[in-house]
Amino acid sequence: MSSSSPNATPSKAVAVNAAHLSAITSHIDNNAQKPGPLLPILHDIQNDIGYIPDAAISEISKRLNLSRAEVHGVVSFYHHFSTKPRGRHIIEVCCAESCQALGGRDLQKHAKDKLGLDWYQTSKDGEITLEPVYCLGNCACSPAVRVGKQILGRVDNDDFDELIEELTTVPVTLMEGR
Amino acid sequence: MSEYNKIYIPRDSSSLSMGAEKVAVAFQLALQSSNTNDTTIVRNGSRGLYWLEPMVEVDTPEGRVAYGPVKARDVESLVAQGMLEGKQDHPLCLGLTEEIPYLKKQQRLTFARAGVIDPVSLDDYLATDGYTGLKRAIELSPQAIVDEVKESGLRGRGGAAFPTGIKWQTVLGAQSAQKYIVCNADEGDSGTFADRLQMEADPFGLIEGMTIAGLAVGATQGYIYLREEYPHAHEILDEAIAIAEQNNYLGDNVLGSGNAFHLEVRLGAKAYICGEETALLESLEGKRGMVRPKPPIPALEGLFGQPTVVNNVLSLSTVAIILAKGADFYKDFGMGRSLGTMPFQLAGNLKYAGLVEMAFGITLRELLYDFGGGSFNGKPLRSVQAGGPLGTYMPESQWDVKMDYEEMAALGAVLGHGGIVAFDDSVDMAEQARFSMEFCVVESCGKCTPCRIGSTRGVEVIDKIRAGEDREDNIELLEELCETMVDGSLCAMGGMTPFPVQSALKYFSEDFS
Ligand SMILES: Cc1cc2nc3c(=O)[nH]c(=O)nc-3n(C[C@H](O)[C@H](O)[C@H](O)COP(=O)(O)O)c2cc1C
Ligand code: SF4
Ligand code: FES
Repeated sequence: MSSSSPNATPSKAVAVNAAHLSAITSHIDNNAQKPGPLLPILHDIQNDIGYIPDAAISEISKRLNLSRAEVHGVVSFYHHFSTKPRGRHIIEVCCAESCQALGGRDLQKHAKDKLGLDWYQTSKDGEITLEPVYCLGNCACSPAVRVGKQILGRVDNDDFDELIEELTTVPVTLMEGR
Repeated sequence: MSEYNKIYIPRDSSSLSMGAEKVAVAFQLALQSSNTNDTTIVRNGSRGLYWLEPMVEVDTPEGRVAYGPVKARDVESLVAQGMLEGKQDHPLCLGLTEEIPYLKKQQRLTFARAGVIDPVSLDDYLATDGYTGLKRAIELSPQAIVDEVKESGLRGRGGAAFPTGIKWQTVLGAQSAQKYIVCNADEGDSGTFADRLQMEADPFGLIEGMTIAGLAVGATQGYIYLREEYPHAHEILDEAIAIAEQNNYLGDNVLGSGNAFHLEVRLGAKAYICGEETALLESLEGKRGMVRPKPPIPALEGLFGQPTVVNNVLSLSTVAIILAKGADFYKDFGMGRSLGTMPFQLAGNLKYAGLVEMAFGITLRELLYDFGGGSFNGKPLRSVQAGGPLGTYMPESQWDVKMDYEEMAALGAVLGHGGIVAFDDSVDMAEQARFSMEFCVVESCGKCTPCRIGSTRGVEVIDKIRAGEDREDNIELLEELCETMVDGSLCAMGGMTPFPVQSALKYFSEDFS
């Protein structure tokens, strides 16, 4: 694919395994008939693979008849889409006003210190990626944190530490509302 | 006894965030071990009394009795002390749900079903007057539906407060083979959660409202543009849409009316600007969420260039109530040109945060103290941001304002989507002003220079002021910058970001020294 283009990164860096490639193709197939299919395709790929690999951008641009730059422009516009692999767990800490009013800034700082990560960074063991989020609609139970599909309310520093502990030891489904 | 054998445990995001799932699991185990086989657990939405969540209710002959906030470890003692037999001895007992003053004082129209029913039970929905609005709409001409909405005085609840009926009239009058109904469920404003609660507690209400909109303007396809940050709402909406399709409330021939209406949820991808209606349409089309210049207005050239109704979740859900109960019933609530009810969302540093649906005209102070109970941590309240991240910070001298669109505008304040975020006296208003600019840096679509570059400059200047560098000059510079952004921005992102900044400077100037 893009290895023939002059701007392609060395093939090692773009190497995507065969399973990913067939997943990408099927996500495109599943959505291509929809009007405005690009965001649904990107969501499905990221949900499945965890990020939007370079190969996906090439494949989408071919199939949807868009330039690579157009597809890349869309991917980069949205904070949700990542072009780099991310951690097994994505922890999102709310940075918006209601959470600020109840100690959210302290929690943001604590989260960064505790994990030794800045926003959008992933821990060395590949376990956790830390991301900011602007409101989770949980403002009546601020400060709020999200892990995957689970949203947590009234999170203080100790709760956050406990969350990190549990993330590596128990199934995520049991954590909501600790 | 057998009529009174239900326990209600909420499943909306906020209740879950406070541990509702664990409570449900604990009740399941308790029911199994006590052999109370005829008792079933209903997963309702939430009543929006969030400081009481997880709030568990049981049916009794007198009505539903509430307990809260319930932790999983309380379940054993609740059952032991006769909760399931309707005894009200447990210290967590709150008495009859409907008699809880916070709820009893409210005027719930749009949120009448929230927390009452199982959100994905069509039977529950039908048993609580659901789909009466659609059935009535099917009997009416498109123009008569639009007239009813106009007559109700309903104004868009997404923020701009444009009359819904007038928007619909434009789309009805447009000639096109394909028209669309787009629900704006991007709910990006911090301090707001009413759209989320509506979708998670009463999704059929939204589906019904969108179907009525389709009949009114002649649209056969609807999209709900839902923010990615709402995974629970996504699940519940998908479930409800599937049920509506199976039961002919959506599809090629809605209730045998001869009209088609199809509905699909599309997810956003974390971009505040995609709440702006034209950026939202771009996003739905699969593009970057860049704001489109108007004209053309979306009502004439919207999604894929076709005539499109774009309305907020609450506007559309409220239409179902208006059609069911009549425009006269609805406009009986409210004041001046702000008719009906507004779902206010109490957030931030308040003791009793939650959803308060009241007729327009209640004062901010009543919301903060009579409902909100003052601050969460007992410190004095100092500043309130109403209307989301682009709304002004209001000092105490403004808290007697009557909450209606015009009265708020007269103060230069914003009612918007009804979010109210309270801060105590530890707030640093210069830091809040900086955040407003920073948020604009992160979320600007980048089309206009004043918004894109101005916000970056704004952060820098505020940093200098906070560091005590050339204070007077830099404050003057900040004021000029704000004016440039207000005057030179295409949309309210750049045009209103200065509002919180200017209000912080004006009413809390001591924080900038
Ligand atoms: C920056 C910006 C963000 C907005 N975000 C939202 C939003 O999250 N939800 C919403 O309903 N309207 C939002 N709006 C308002 C929409 O542009 C539009 O007015 C609304 O969807 C129309 O529906 P309504 O008339 O029912 O309110 C936003 C506007 C701007 C300028
Ligand atoms: S004001 Fe900002 S967000 Fe709005 S169109 Fe201009 S650059 Fe985009
Ligand atoms: S502001 Fe944090 S959840 Fe809304």
